[in-house]
Amino acid sequence: MSLEGAGTLFYKEVLRFWKVAFQTVAAPVLTAVMYLLIFGHVLEEHVQVFPGVTYTSFLVPGLVMMSVLQNSFANTSSSLIQSKVTGNLVFLLVTPLSHGAWYVAYVGAAVVRGLVVGSGVFAVTVWFAPLHLAEPGWIIVFAALGAGMLGSLGLIAGLWAEKFDQLAAFQNFIIMPMTFLSGVFYSVKSLPGVWQAVSHLNPFFYMIDGFRRGFFGHSDVSPWLSLAVVGTSFVVVAGLCLQLLRSGYKLRA
Amino acid sequence: MPALPAVRFEAVAKTYTGARGTLRALDGVSFDISQGEFFGLLGPNGAGKTTLISVLAGLVRATSGRVQVLGHDVVADYAAARKALGIVPQELVFDPFFSVRETLRIQSGYFGVRNNDAWIDELLSELGLADKAGANMRQLSGGMKRRVLVAQALVHKPPVIVLDEPTAGVDVELRQTLWQFIARLNREGHTVLLTTHYLEEAEALCGRIAMLKQGQVVALDKTSALLSGMASTMLRFKTDDALPPAVAALARVTGRIAQVKAHDAAEVERLLATLREAGVRIEDLEIGRADLEDVFLQIMQGAKNES
Repeated sequence: MSLEGAGTLFYKEVLRFWKVAFQTVAAPVLTAVMYLLIFGHVLEEHVQVFPGVTYTSFLVPGLVMMSVLQNSFANTSSSLIQSKVTGNLVFLLVTPLSHGAWYVAYVGAAVVRGLVVGSGVFAVTVWFAPLHLAEPGWIIVFAALGAGMLGSLGLIAGLWAEKFDQLAAFQNFIIMPMTFLSGVFYSVKSLPGVWQAVSHLNPFFYMIDGFRRGFFGHSDVSPWLSLAVVGTSFVVVAGLCLQLLRSGYKLRA
Repeated sequence: MPALPAVRFEAVAKTYTGARGTLRALDGVSFDISQGEFFGLLGPNGAGKTTLISVLAGLVRATSGRVQVLGHDVVADYAAARKALGIVPQELVFDPFFSVRETLRIQSGYFGVRNNDAWIDELLSELGLADKAGANMRQLSGGMKRRVLVAQALVHKPPVIVLDEPTAGVDVELRQTLWQFIARLNREGHTVLLTTHYLEEAEALCGRIAMLKQGQVVALDKTSALLSGMASTMLRFKTDDALPPAVAALARVTGRIAQVKAHDAAEVERLLATLREAGVRIEDLEIGRADLEDVFLQIMQGAKNES
């Protein structure tokens, strides 16, 4: 794998979202703040999920992680579909870059965007609900793995989609429900038994729960279980993504 | 030991299968392009030129056959093959996020070439882009974007340059600038593969030419040999009158201009007599040798009759 070539593609992908940071960083931070203000205001007095933790405090890590996931997905998927639709992907296809270099560069840039937006959401929302970092190692691990997995899923979606509406369908009918139903706004323990069981089939739940563990030292399931589920999911998705890139799926006729 | 060919096509076939049936875009194409050649690839729309170039570039995978660039297989040894290639695509595409200089630096980096600003500056200067280096790609005119496409293809100094209709829809100034620069690179040893619909460009620039029709090579020879093989004279004139049937059957008419092939002086004499007898008033009469367009049409017509 050409490190120079992969480094250039990574740099280009980071530069691409940074040039429109108002749209790619500031806007999702504002959206997360809106969620916090509205849900926090409505539910603060009525809901306490973990003992001694206010609902607004509980919400902050979920919103940070949700922003990390959604923006990691958006970075790879939107970059690839734009390049495919406008035709400028040809400049990349004629280069000697290997499928591994493509993967590392695209997903690496997606992780950067996810973490930048997540840090932005944290920096703004933490003023509304002071937090301490009980087990910060989990925060880093789950943020990085979650961003990597969603960046990989975004790459798969970008490869598969031929039109913007197909990508929107992938985002709205798969990514969005899995994110919202993962326990961002609630603890799955508050759900009826059957929905608790369903939630435990959603790998996004383990990302959120493990990430939240880093803040409160308290989680719905063991962080080691979450790490196993998220780690396995990441390996499966990354493997599929690499295989699609290697085969030239929807890239080389 | 003979030098490796710059490009080798060996029995290359490409078949597309879709809901509407099967299309054989390339049907056993084989030929070599020697190092340092200025080679033309001609053919009507849909002949398979762009498909063949796409197979060479790795954008399309051949159904069967093999393609090599300087001995490197474009599939098995794709990285070395692509490093040796610079492709100017036919479509006017660009990345709207970046300036001209950023675009060229990024493309250079993909090929592992760092600190390439001296060559990038030379490319910008040679292609008349020096004052546009900081401009965003969206701000450029079509002709300027085309120049950037050429610069992107050359940014890693590839030994083999492939130009897929690089002057389609561009002004005379760019054509002159581009051909002077490409001719210089060819003199310096770069191999050039050109597809174009401007046959006068191919005639002026290419030492050898292959003609494709329906995915097959129907002619492959030195340009001079193709022209001399025509061994005919062209009678060209302008007229507003209808041509007599005997002449019309032989003529190629474009607007007011008619061109009629004649094998020798006696046939010219007979044609002029026929026109005179039919009362056709002619202007600007020229008698010249056949050009590449005549050769092209004759070969394509021949291929059509055979198919």
